[in-house]
Amino acid sequence: MRRKARFALAVAAAWLLLLAAIAATVALAVADMEQADRATLLGIVGHRVPSLVVAALLMLVVVFFAVRALWRRYVTALRHLAEDARIIQVANPQHRATPGGAAEVRTIARAINGLAEANAAQKANVDRQVREANDRIEQERSRLAALMSELAQSVVMCNVEGRILLYNARAMQLLRKPLDGAAATGKAHTLVGLGRSVFAIFDRNLIIHALESIHDRIHKGERAPVANFVTTAPAGQLVRVQLAPVLGAADAPAPGAIEGTAGFVLLLDNITRRIETGARRDLLLQALTQGTRASLANMRAAVETIASFPDMERAAQDRFIGIIGEEARTLSLHLDNSVRDFADSLRTEWPLEDMRGADLIAAARRRIEHRLQLPTKLESIDEDIWLNVDSYSLMQGITYLVARLADEFGIREIRFALADAGTLAHLDLVWTGAPLGSETTTAWQTDSMELGGEACPMTLKQIIERHDAEIWYQIDKPAQRQYFRIAIPKTRPEETPWSAAPAAQSRPEFYDFDLFNQPGQTPELDNRPLAALNYTVFDTETTGLEPSAGDEIVSVGAVRIVNGRLLEQEVFEQLVDPRRSMSAEAGRITGIENAMLTNQPTIDKVLPAFRAFCEDTVLVAHNAAFDMRFLHMKEGATGVRFTQPVLDTLLLSAVLHPELPSHGLEAIAERMGVNPIGRHTAVGDAIVTAEVFLRMIPLLADQGIRTLGEARAASQRTFFARIEY
Amino acid sequence: MAKKILIADDEPNIVVSLEFLMKQKGYDVKTVGNGEDALRSIAEFAPDLVLLDVMMPRLSGYEVCQKMRENPAWAGIRIVMLSAKGRDIEVSKGMAVGADAYVTKPFSTSDLMAQVRALLGE
Repeated sequence: MRRKARFALAVAAAWLLLLAAIAATVALAVADMEQADRATLLGIVGHRVPSLVVAALLMLVVVFFAVRALWRRYVTALRHLAEDARIIQVANPQHRATPGGAAEVRTIARAINGLAEANAAQKANVDRQVREANDRIEQERSRLAALMSELAQSVVMCNVEGRILLYNARAMQLLRKPLDGAAATGKAHTLVGLGRSVFAIFDRNLIIHALESIHDRIHKGERAPVANFVTTAPAGQLVRVQLAPVLGAADAPAPGAIEGTAGFVLLLDNITRRIETGARRDLLLQALTQGTRASLANMRAAVETIASFPDMERAAQDRFIGIIGEEARTLSLHLDNSVRDFADSLRTEWPLEDMRGADLIAAARRRIEHRLQLPTKLESIDEDIWLNVDSYSLMQGITYLVARLADEFGIREIRFALADAGTLAHLDLVWTGAPLGSETTTAWQTDSMELGGEACPMTLKQIIERHDAEIWYQIDKPAQRQYFRIAIPKTRPEETPWSAAPAAQSRPEFYDFDLFNQPGQTPELDNRPLAALNYTVFDTETTGLEPSAGDEIVSVGAVRIVNGRLLEQEVFEQLVDPRRSMSAEAGRITGIENAMLTNQPTIDKVLPAFRAFCEDTVLVAHNAAFDMRFLHMKEGATGVRFTQPVLDTLLLSAVLHPELPSHGLEAIAERMGVNPIGRHTAVGDAIVTAEVFLRMIPLLADQGIRTLGEARAASQRTFFARIEY
Repeated sequence: MAKKILIADDEPNIVVSLEFLMKQKGYDVKTVGNGEDALRSIAEFAPDLVLLDVMMPRLSGYEVCQKMRENPAWAGIRIVMLSAKGRDIEVSKGMAVGADAYVTKPFSTSDLMAQVRALLGE
């Protein structure tokens, strides 16, 4: 409207100005005239007033068109240009101004487009640089994650508040805590997890002390100080911890944090066995000295007595000789026992590592097939055998042997076997063909090894000795089967591998550097955005649907969401002995049979572990009221309370789609495009719920529900909130 | 009158030899197999010298030695400690709790006899 008004105003003004100019000209002319002429003119004009009005109106039309033409060429064109410029600046940098209007306006339009081009080019450049930098960082992260996951040492990295930012699979294995009473099932729960507090694992004061001592040393000018301490891991292993600070300027150090450090790295070494070995060595030494001293003293005294009194009575002499014989036997026995009991402690000190025999063989096969192009096969392999080996040198030795067999005897194929032989394992390299001479096989052991042009500083014999092993050549004539047998002491793995963790696969989930900026869990949770919270999404399976009628939990499954990511490695999964039987219906749905539950821990053992798992997080469950009811029923008996805020995907779904009839997990999953695979196990349902929940967060934000407080309030308002189980 | 020697050791095989040797040298010898008996015998038998094994049941040689030295009446009794523990640290502990000599097993019987004679001022 304003534009039209201004246009009308402009037209009117121009017309009036024109009329005024004409009127002024006429007035001037009239003023110049004689009286008589004036009268004549007035007479002429007086008769033509209508024609004059028509002329004025015609003039208005002319003025209108003239002003409109100018208006379009200048005013409107400039206004369009301004619009275009704003679009380029704000909305779409790819937009360009359409040149229009007067020549000058078109020039301006072209200038604006030029600026936009330059701007876009610059922005693209910056974007590319940012992308490249991000790629580099991402690459470094994956490299670091890869390195960490291969490390034989356990690594845990924390921020100043002691929250875990990064850890590797080894650390997860080492820092597990077996469930009370679940030792038989080998179930354990790991205490490391992104965003968790390291102080749940190690004494806070110990770490603070180490950080302070490092801080002092930095002040004294030491360059890269580290602190060492020995402590006990949750499962009781002795762990040597090396703590190194992550130096960096924390902009606003948290209260109580060590100034100038952005966090710290813990390198953990399980020294339980080393300490045990040391202690056993001491015992052996003692047994060998003190034990022998006494016997020797007895013998020596007896011998010397006989010697000093050669003519003593026969009976006395017999007695002393008896003593000597007895003590000699005692000494022999003592020596035998010591060697047997302390055999492990007497091994050569060499950096050996535990390895599954089958893995060693697999690695050797790859190497032989790759290096020697020789086919390999497996005979019987005992999968349970663990060896304590320097895998690199042992593999070199094996490859060397096979290479000589292939080069000198033209064998076509090598087969591996691994068998249990009491305290030893027998690793056999088997082939068929003409028998070898024993001189040959002996010579091979002492020849210096050369593999594909690479000389090895050791001989096979030395490698075998290093492992306290023996090697010999054997032949099974009827079967035309020959083999080198390596007899090598078995070991037990220091850390039993964790069945639930497919350790190497989804590596990237092991780190989350964004947690560096975590403000810490505060009571003001409600004001925090949903996307920034950490969640434990869980599900329980039960014997039936009525807790008040005595139904019990039979399974708890949970996963964690940290910084908007579902951490599939960090899973809690535990069957529970309900001390009653499953209803037929529940058994059918869950696939859990009563027999599966008999050796499982009871709920009073499981809930404390579950509480530790979900510490400091918001709980999420589908139809949470149901699960929470079961948990609350157990509060009295177990003393374990779950007080953290709870979100319910069922209620949130009702918030999002109030008009839809079904808010079952299956239906929601389908709606959200989540594959509902593995449902009806506690952990399977927890994973589906977690994925659904993650997809709900942005949808909730669209409805203006951004914080935990808002989500809880919205949930409460929905009709479903009033359903009580 | 013959000097009296108490042999306190729980290893019968050494006691046999020591007892035989001491008796041959004309000493009055009594033997016991543990620390408590040793203390009791010291009161009854009133020996001039005790051959005291360190590792004995009930009361160790160290403890017996300490208790003996706490009693002024027994100040004159000589104590020779015999031990399979041969480290310096154990020798110094033995001397510190009041032994007159500390002999590490195995030992030469003639050296031991010489030591006993010297301690008894013979």
